[in-house]
Amino acid sequence: MSDAAIRMEHVFKKFRKGETYNSLRDLVPALTGKLLRPQELDAKKRREFWALQDISFEVERGHALGIIGHNGAGKSTALKILSRIMKPTSGRMVVNGRLSALIEVTAGFHPDLTGLENIYLHGTILGMTKREIKSKIDQIVAFSGIEEFIDTPVKRYSSGMYARLGFSVAAHVDPDVMIVDEVLSVGDFVFQQRCMDRIRSVIKAGTTVLFVSHNLKAVTEICDSAMLLEHGKVLAIDRTDIVARKYLSLGAQVEEPDQKKPVYISKVQIRDRGGEQSKFESGQTAWVDVEVTAREATGKLSVVIWFTDETQYIIFHTSTERLGFPPFSLQAGGTYRCTFELALNIAHGTFHLVTEVHRYDIQKGYDRKEPAATIFVGSSTAVGGAVNCFPRLIESETLDSSAQYCEV
Amino acid sequence: MKQELQELYNYRELLYMITYRDIKVRYKQSVMGFLWAILMPILIVMSGVIVRYAYAFVSHAPLKTADIASVAIKAVPWAFIVSSIRFTCISLRGNRDLVVKIYFPKEIFPMAAVLACLFDFFVAFSALIIFLVFMKIGLSVYLLWVPVLLATTVLFCVGTGMIISAASLFFRDVGYIVEVFLTFGIFFTPVFYDVRMFGDKGKWLLLNPVAPLLDGLSTCMVRHESPDLHWYMYSLAFSMAAFMGGFIMFKHLEPAFAESI
Repeated sequence: MSDAAIRMEHVFKKFRKGETYNSLRDLVPALTGKLLRPQELDAKKRREFWALQDISFEVERGHALGIIGHNGAGKSTALKILSRIMKPTSGRMVVNGRLSALIEVTAGFHPDLTGLENIYLHGTILGMTKREIKSKIDQIVAFSGIEEFIDTPVKRYSSGMYARLGFSVAAHVDPDVMIVDEVLSVGDFVFQQRCMDRIRSVIKAGTTVLFVSHNLKAVTEICDSAMLLEHGKVLAIDRTDIVARKYLSLGAQVEEPDQKKPVYISKVQIRDRGGEQSKFESGQTAWVDVEVTAREATGKLSVVIWFTDETQYIIFHTSTERLGFPPFSLQAGGTYRCTFELALNIAHGTFHLVTEVHRYDIQKGYDRKEPAATIFVGSSTAVGGAVNCFPRLIESETLDSSAQYCEV
Repeated sequence: MKQELQELYNYRELLYMITYRDIKVRYKQSVMGFLWAILMPILIVMSGVIVRYAYAFVSHAPLKTADIASVAIKAVPWAFIVSSIRFTCISLRGNRDLVVKIYFPKEIFPMAAVLACLFDFFVAFSALIIFLVFMKIGLSVYLLWVPVLLATTVLFCVGTGMIISAASLFFRDVGYIVEVFLTFGIFFTPVFYDVRMFGDKGKWLLLNPVAPLLDGLSTCMVRHESPDLHWYMYSLAFSMAAFMGGFIMFKHLEPAFAESI
């Protein structure tokens, strides 16, 4: 209990919806009006809403907590309260040690100053002393990877360079508590990986991290546990994969099984040898069980399954018919069951399983579950992309000095 | 309040950096560079000379160099006050991202705005000193009053700056009101004229807290006399009250900044 780096106890935050008086010209008539018509106060009260309701959680020193939830769930408000930019309406909040927020990492930049000047400016804003920045300046510049342009005003930078410089400064603050909010949406793949590595090493060094992202893959990679927020309330605090599954099921619940469908998918699960599972290692074997139930007699059916990555790109796709099983028919009330065995030779990432009952000859889809399940694939081999070809480096040598550009 | 001043002290490097940024950006953006710092004072001095010339013409008294020196001495700090108030007024809204995203004592913004204007003031003041030497305005022990009067002016600007910056964050039209006051303020402040010209009624003009400071500057630099101590104390008390009241008000409102901006 005493080792908590961050603790929130029953935090509530109220906001006012709609127009508030933001000029004296509006305020003066409104105040006089209020004296004459006190019932207007009630109307104002109705426009209030709670952005956070009874949020309590704590994070131990050196741990990472992911915060996930849909837009408007209250994630940013919670972070703003933690970083003391906003005051909670009620409740208590404790942060032990220096806190640094990686929210909008370029907020402190001025476009007319050079990269180097901005490092000093932004570093001071984030709470570093000038001497501290001076001692880390080489590291910061090297991390950003824009040594060449460090004396150029940042208004000439590309947006990626801008963000990289901002992240580099913020990542070198060495705080006790670090808040990371959706910063990985910028920069190219290589830089994103570098950011993730940096965050991981910061955690290893004992920093407590709060990680907010819509990128479930990143949250699963960084955090052991996560908190799910929805409409300002905590829905779950648990192991990240469990919380992530719950988050995805929030979206799936919207599609209630249609009563009119003659055939529907009554069950889908993905499992390993031990039972239902959502975390896999690249190359592992997984089984997908699908159960189809019919309300009316229907013929010539197949079950189709496919995986999509986070961008909805289909990375794999198969069906009972393609695997050599003839289409099946169901009587009213009948059930069909099948199991696919899959070798998950996919690179690490988050993938969604989609299932559909389909009739090929008339190209008709009866029922689709999207996503029916979500899996997180981890990989010990460092590979990028969608598939894992399990690469091995079997030869690597430098031939002569003139071939320096081919160095491995 | 003590705790908050301590926190401000801990963030002194940030105050320095933001001031440095404001100065650097202002001088980088303009081709004219340092000329900006003396443009407004020169214009004020020139209008003052025209006004004084008209007085001299009407009263059939010759226009003395001391009168022109007095106008110049008062015009430079007046330009500082006007630009300080103008910049503090937009200092919070102009740094919206920082106000909304990152925690630190936000009074740094109005303070840095005043300090950046103070830099301009010193540039103009150096030019003024060359001008005064040229006009053969001599030295005296009363010049020791100059830093005291200037420090009080800075205190006044920081105090009112904090109030105005916070107010303009909550009410958008504060900026227009301030602009009107700054435009017509020069007629209620002894810059072009001397308080003494009004005889006994002059004391009403000194109720403007800026007036005893400007008048004091011209008294000790041109006439080599000590400024009126009572009226100076009045200005000092007013400036201290503005600073303390402004600081307390600013700190009280600060948690609501991020929601209201």
